[in-house]
Amino acid sequence: MSGEVCSVADPSPLSGKTDVRLSLVHLYADLMNLYGDRGNITALRRRCEWRGIDLELQEISLGERFTPRECDLFFFGGGQDREQVTVSRDLAGANGEAIIEAVSEGAGLLSVCGGYQLLCRYFRTSEGEDIPGVGLFDAYTVGGPTRFVGNVVAERLDGDEVRTLVGFENHSGRTHLGPGLQALGRVVVGHGNNGEDSSEGAVHRNAIGTYLHGPVLPKNPWLADRLIHAGLTRRYGTDAILETLDDSSEQRAHESVARTVRRAGNVRTSIR
Amino acid sequence: MDPRLSSALLAGRAAAMLSRALGRGGGTVLPGHVIQRLDPSALQAIARRLPRGSVVISGTNGKTTTSRMIAHIASRTGVHVIHNRSGANLMTGIVSAIAAQTALSGRPRGDLGLFEVDEAHVAEAVDSLRPRCLALLNIFRDQLDRYGEIDLISSRWRKAVGRMPYDGLLVLNADDPIISRLADDASCRVVTFGVEDPRVGGGSIGHDADRRLCPNCGHRLRYARVTYAHLGAYECTECGWRRRTPETALTSVRAEGSDDMLLTISTDADAALVCLSLPGLYNAYNALAAAAICEAVGIPLSATAENLSTFTGAFGRYERVPIGAGEVRLALVKNPVGFNQVLAAGIAGQATTIVIAINDHFADGTDISWLWDVDFEVLDTSASGADTRPHFVCSGTRAHDIALRLKYAGLATADIEVEPRLEFALRIAVEDAEGGGRAIIFPTYTAMLDVRRSLQRRGSVAPFWED
Repeated sequence: MSGEVCSVADPSPLSGKTDVRLSLVHLYADLMNLYGDRGNITALRRRCEWRGIDLELQEISLGERFTPRECDLFFFGGGQDREQVTVSRDLAGANGEAIIEAVSEGAGLLSVCGGYQLLCRYFRTSEGEDIPGVGLFDAYTVGGPTRFVGNVVAERLDGDEVRTLVGFENHSGRTHLGPGLQALGRVVVGHGNNGEDSSEGAVHRNAIGTYLHGPVLPKNPWLADRLIHAGLTRRYGTDAILETLDDSSEQRAHESVARTVRRAGNVRTSIR
Repeated sequence: MDPRLSSALLAGRAAAMLSRALGRGGGTVLPGHVIQRLDPSALQAIARRLPRGSVVISGTNGKTTTSRMIAHIASRTGVHVIHNRSGANLMTGIVSAIAAQTALSGRPRGDLGLFEVDEAHVAEAVDSLRPRCLALLNIFRDQLDRYGEIDLISSRWRKAVGRMPYDGLLVLNADDPIISRLADDASCRVVTFGVEDPRVGGGSIGHDADRRLCPNCGHRLRYARVTYAHLGAYECTECGWRRRTPETALTSVRAEGSDDMLLTISTDADAALVCLSLPGLYNAYNALAAAAICEAVGIPLSATAENLSTFTGAFGRYERVPIGAGEVRLALVKNPVGFNQVLAAGIAGQATTIVIAINDHFADGTDISWLWDVDFEVLDTSASGADTRPHFVCSGTRAHDIALRLKYAGLATADIEVEPRLEFALRIAVEDAEGGGRAIIFPTYTAMLDVRRSLQRRGSVAPFWED
């Protein structure tokens, strides 16, 4: 697949540019990679590749550092409790601050489940122990007595447009958002952040936190493109316009899940 | 004679007949429900009377194949085995299997109990069966929606290990650090098995690895050699905790064509050559585990090796079904490590049709995100200059998900057909085989049972409870 890479309203430093590139940092890839998290990286890589964008992937693990100014996108996946504690300690230093700095400068970020929890203020385990978080999202998580496991359909109102999100959740943590923090969506089927207020995930600038895996990006390509857009805008300083891709396979997979789940699930009131 | 046990067994027999008459799966589960309800201590009572005791086998991958290997070997060395060979591995399946081989008096008609047990029920099985031998094969991420994280399973196994009889024997995979660590919780004797062929595997740990941290101190493990996923030769540079030297070792593995392997299995005292009619390193591990367990129950290595050479795959796990001028192969897929191992064995290499049938029913796991941890990229032959590309058929309740995964693996969408109805997808494979093609089907558990039912109706395979 080739063609126009991406263009912006003229005059633009991006039009006709042939060596468009983005850098993606996969945080603690070797320790936080539950639930097919790699699929999110694959989705970003392919969707860049199909548009002729060169995506450079950098994997960061314990004790390794990165330069926030050079990072356009971040991905932070889910992990087991044991790994999460180890990673939390490493984040407490320079890496946590570097993530906050990059996001404040407009970098795109996707965090899923455990990664999402570690970017909130803290996680209080069911034993009452606090695992400190980065505090990128003004939210906290409390360990719950049961696990929320199952398919999820959520909706997001984007201007006038209703976007749907499909995915699978599997978490015992209940995340509560601070008053100023926007949710990623509203749960139609499933539990979302805490099973009480029907909120799912969080959005702060171009950083997204979510409990949805599945993985989330392949079946919700609009979310993947939103991240790519954020990354391009950050790197090239202008509002990028992404080339439209043939997403018919993505749409069919999205709709087939949404249909089955809505039929089987406990549907809350829809935005529609 | 225990009247309560006898009447429970009688009711179980009636349930088995009813189950068969209704064609519901050959009575591999229902009798167990009935018997457990009528006499909760039935299993203990019967198991106690097995002259050679019981063997319990668990692990994420290879339970069914390994236990079928042992049954095959044991029965050919004159040991009468009572075995839940259909793979019904919850307590009800075990009770059903043992009851089917027990006289109404409560006397078992066999010498040795051989039971594969679901990962979540090992402690229960140890308590009821009081086994002479507990073998734990491996632990990988599998059905997280059902089992939770692997730490949860390993902590349950720690409990099971601690409850083994003092005179029992624990057989562990030395190459799996999570399994090997269980030796520290054992109060009984421990032996291990592992791969000692330095040519096997590589230096870097796979992305599908589940444990890279030391189970002892939480620091990073260093691998001198990785056989696959997180299996290999490891040590902790921080606390010094390291792999045990296995008593039963695979000292040489060589693939013979795409379907067979030549293995050398060695113990302190002996070594033997095995020609295994199964492909893939994971099957080499299964054979090695079977040899270690046979050794533990007193079957000499020479007899083990000789009989392993006549073993063919367990139903649906790796089954070759000749149809017309060609064949249809079935290779069950359950989790990313297992699927990656099947792909690494290269059995899809010659295929003309590849059916991937993914269901998301409870027994399959309702979360299918693991498909994104499978390296479908290896199926992309467009770069290798092959003149014919296989036809991909995506089927099952999550047919569209697998089609999307293949698209992102870089396969041409023109080669990918979506046919959610399994019956129709199977027909495509069968028609290809009839014309001389080689079709391979990768089904999840319930899809495998459906495919076999269809093949059984065609007369191509026997029902799984008779297989």
